[in-house]
Amino acid sequence: MISGDPKMTLKEIQELLQAEVIIGHDRLGEEITSAGASDLMSDVLAFGKPGILLLTGLSNSQSVRTANIIDAKAIIYVRGKKPDQEGIELAKGRNIPLLTTQFMMYTACGLLFTHGLKGIGAPRANHSHE
Amino acid sequence: MASRESALPVQTIAMSDENIFSQRFEIRGGDFSNAGKTSTSIKDILQEIGIDPSIIIRASIASYEAEMNVVMYAQRGSLTLSVTPEKLHLRLEDDGPGIENIELAMKEGFSTATEKMREMGFGAGMGLPNIKRNADKFEIFSERGKGTSLDVTIFLDKTG
Repeated sequence: MISGDPKMTLKEIQELLQAEVIIGHDRLGEEITSAGASDLMSDVLAFGKPGILLLTGLSNSQSVRTANIIDAKAIIYVRGKKPDQEGIELAKGRNIPLLTTQFMMYTACGLLFTHGLKGIGAPRANHSHE
Repeated sequence: MASRESALPVQTIAMSDENIFSQRFEIRGGDFSNAGKTSTSIKDILQEIGIDPSIIIRASIASYEAEMNVVMYAQRGSLTLSVTPEKLHLRLEDDGPGIENIELAMKEGFSTATEKMREMGFGAGMGLPNIKRNADKFEIFSERGKGTSLDVTIFLDKTG
């Protein structure tokens, strides 16, 4: 990985975070250009953009539902968390790769950021009262 | 390909020349294991209709937050999706406790959520602001002890 390169594949991310692939082995070649991290799904719904990598410590199925709603490309669970079975089944049906890393949120984000993966930009525009 | 989940009870309520599509979904309060299924279905429907992806994401987010509010606060509610050539409309009605102070509830961070709600990743006081942010028109009506209704309109000629 060249520092400053705006893209990382899921495979590179998996290796960097020493992550276990829960589902989605066949999609590790997917390219990721930005990431966001939160345990609050409402925050993810507010900042999320299509194609992002979502890092979260929330392991229930709402994490997968939220990823699906915002068209996130994959989820990395931090602190060794794993989604419940319902979340795994939903992710299978929606083709969303799920990975889990032992790193804590701050470290996982820091590793990705220092390897060139950018955060998302400004929040989506407010569409009301236009 | 996305697979379909078993949907909650669904009732098609209107098909007319004006409405190209209208469907009503029942939402059960407190049913955290099914929370979000209606919005996932709505997203699938909008994709099948061929709505612009940037509109779909806004409608899906508004729907998901509204659905979570019913699950968290009401006994039951309904979400009706209507799509015309010009606009997409979501109408939510619930029999919840109502919102005492709508102005306060619209402020980011204000929440009356319980620990259980927060465990689901919601209840951080972002729901209503998130819905409004994704709407072109947003109306809310609430009466204490009776319930809350929301009207969300997104115009289809704007891609946001």
